[in-house]
Amino acid sequence: MNNKLFFTRIIFLLQICLSIIYFSSTNSFAYQNTLEKIKDSGVLIWGFDAEGGAPYVFHDLKHPPKLIGFEVEIVEAIARELGVKVQSFQNAWDSILLSLQRKDFDIAMNGIEITPDRKQSVLFTRPYYVYTEQIVVRASDNRINQLEDLHGKKVGTLYNTEAKRMLEEMGEVAVNIYSGQVEPFKDLSLNRIDAVFVDLPIASYYAMPNPQLRLVGKPVGEGYYGIAVRKEDTALTEELNKIIEKLLRTGELKKIYGRWGLWNTAQEKLFLHEEFLQKYTENFPSVSENASSTVIKFLPTLLKGAMVTVGISILSMMLAVGLGLILAIMRLYGNTWLQRISTAYIEIYRGTPLLIQLYILYYGLPNIGITLSAFAAAVLGLGMNYAAYEAEIYRAGIQSISKGQTEAALSLGMSKRLTLRRIILPQALRIAIPPMTNDFIALFKDSSLVSVIAIVELTKCYSILASASMNFFKLGIITAFLYFCMSYPLSLYARKLERKLRSHDRNS
Amino acid sequence: MIEIHNLFKQYGKQPLFKGLHLNIAKGSVVTLIGPSGSGKSTLLRCINGLETFQDGYISVDGQKLHGVNEHSYRKEQEDHTVRNIRRKVGMVFQQFNLFPHMTVLHNITESPTHVLGISQSEAESIAISLLQKVHLEEKAHSYPGQLSGGEQQRVAIARALAMKPEAMLFDEPTSSLDPEMIEEVLAVIKDLVSEGMTTVIATHEMVFARDVSRHVVFLEKGEIVEQGSPKDIFYNPINDRTWAFLSRFMK
Repeated sequence: MNNKLFFTRIIFLLQICLSIIYFSSTNSFAYQNTLEKIKDSGVLIWGFDAEGGAPYVFHDLKHPPKLIGFEVEIVEAIARELGVKVQSFQNAWDSILLSLQRKDFDIAMNGIEITPDRKQSVLFTRPYYVYTEQIVVRASDNRINQLEDLHGKKVGTLYNTEAKRMLEEMGEVAVNIYSGQVEPFKDLSLNRIDAVFVDLPIASYYAMPNPQLRLVGKPVGEGYYGIAVRKEDTALTEELNKIIEKLLRTGELKKIYGRWGLWNTAQEKLFLHEEFLQKYTENFPSVSENASSTVIKFLPTLLKGAMVTVGISILSMMLAVGLGLILAIMRLYGNTWLQRISTAYIEIYRGTPLLIQLYILYYGLPNIGITLSAFAAAVLGLGMNYAAYEAEIYRAGIQSISKGQTEAALSLGMSKRLTLRRIILPQALRIAIPPMTNDFIALFKDSSLVSVIAIVELTKCYSILASASMNFFKLGIITAFLYFCMSYPLSLYARKLERKLRSHDRNS
Repeated sequence: MIEIHNLFKQYGKQPLFKGLHLNIAKGSVVTLIGPSGSGKSTLLRCINGLETFQDGYISVDGQKLHGVNEHSYRKEQEDHTVRNIRRKVGMVFQQFNLFPHMTVLHNITESPTHVLGISQSEAESIAISLLQKVHLEEKAHSYPGQLSGGEQQRVAIARALAMKPEAMLFDEPTSSLDPEMIEEVLAVIKDLVSEGMTTVIATHEMVFARDVSRHVVFLEKGEIVEQGSPKDIFYNPINDRTWAFLSRFMK
């Protein structure tokens, strides 16, 4: 290898990483007015969380990549009225309004209740649905018959919802908060909790087809779902209000709710009527239907998620390995200031959770004018975090090389820099390879954390598909197998590399 | 060629050299003898800048290294001087310190190609002839881990010679070797000396010191107790301490 090639290569790798990050960053400066942007581009970008699931928006079990749900139909109707197409944007429900503000999409519509708190950060259209809250219990359990009976019980509800707020207001209720809609019902069936208290559409869809569960008590806490838009988008809001009114008047909205068995219950509060129950179970796709036979159909979607996982892992490991080396060299050979910077970096990144770092990168940086794409934030977040660990691995490797090596090189007239590059680093790298491979495998799995910033990688794909199909076991095995297929060749390769390097000094 | 003038060195508060003087003429062969901790190795390491010292100076072929407490001490200047000295003076260590990730041939060509800018093919032909000189040409493509200690030390000597030094420093070159390998290394050093290389050797091999050197320096606790021809030192020591040391070593 010639003189400067080694450093040139590292810098080249870093450049690749940085330019990918740069070019994948979202452009948020082009339009002031979102309505104009939608009409010019001919695309309405809609934010939702398919993991939230049925009946709002979820993957069609018969054709997994396809989205269905009453909200899908409403959005399509709205887009038709606007004369544009719908582009869907999967985003974790927890952070859907944050993503709206960062301009990841134009509208957020996914059973978002209009609350005073939310009104402070976003603008809502007129309601498109009137919801109520519903108690669900095990069919065999007669203890709970009304809201007051929840006192002293373990109750499951959804993160960030009106139902959760109501439960907390009641006090004396042990509230279990879930981010997916399937999990509370699973835990209820498994006796982990005593009741589920959620919006009626969810309760009806998930509990009604399940003979183990039943709905009890009168619906309470009437509220409204609205479409959320950014505060400044008043023109868009007005336009959406007009369209919703039109859909109401033409009866199209009623037809949509009718198809999903939601019109009567929600608007006329007749949801517990015998006649409605009959209609409800007849009319929309049952959860358990086809569940086992569709597992193979999910494979392409899972593979797509796996590609994202591989891409993010490889790019962030490249960043970690390059940046880690720079940090280690700064710490070992830099002046006092470089040493301090490197030490502080390593301690801060190792001492704080990756999840927080990702949130700050993705949702925090836009406050100071840096809006990274989710992909860029994921690669940067993972890469910068792992760089701290790699730096320590490099440092341990470098420090384990005997002083005699440095002295011999210096006594041959080599400069300190040349000694580091030609004599110390090649030996230190060999020592660093096994722990770095471990880290890379760990990073593969840690990459599932980036789903919090709206990246649909393998684990996220799994949880979306699993909660749609209720098939946690088979899909789980398939997903775990996919992870294994990715990490095992890596361990094999590392072992081979280690063997090859070790054969050089087999007698010493 | 090497002039050590009024050298002061201390480790922390522990003084070692307290005003040491020594001149080594071009082409001379000097052995440093003395008990462990007497400063033999440290003196060699000061000459090629692996150790700094507090006061005095060391001049190698006109290149002058200063003590860190001297007014004329400038870090950048000293670094520059050290590199110049290291190109003129080769060093061989007790622990060989071959680069384990490189072949024998590569160990030898590494510095000539990167420091002197010699082409790879030229450096290799020099390396092969040096390996012939130390009788190891068949090991050119082995890795250091595959060689015996004696072979490694001979490679280390060839590696230092590849930089075409004007002087060689040997820091206890046989102290880590099994007895049966000592001779092969000493033979190589003797060859080198017979070619007129300026050589300074720190050693415990008294017979070798007697036979190979023109000048013997007996050090104890950082002081030169006595110096002179091998004949004077080994058969007619003036100082009692020299006599006491030698009587322990030469039976």
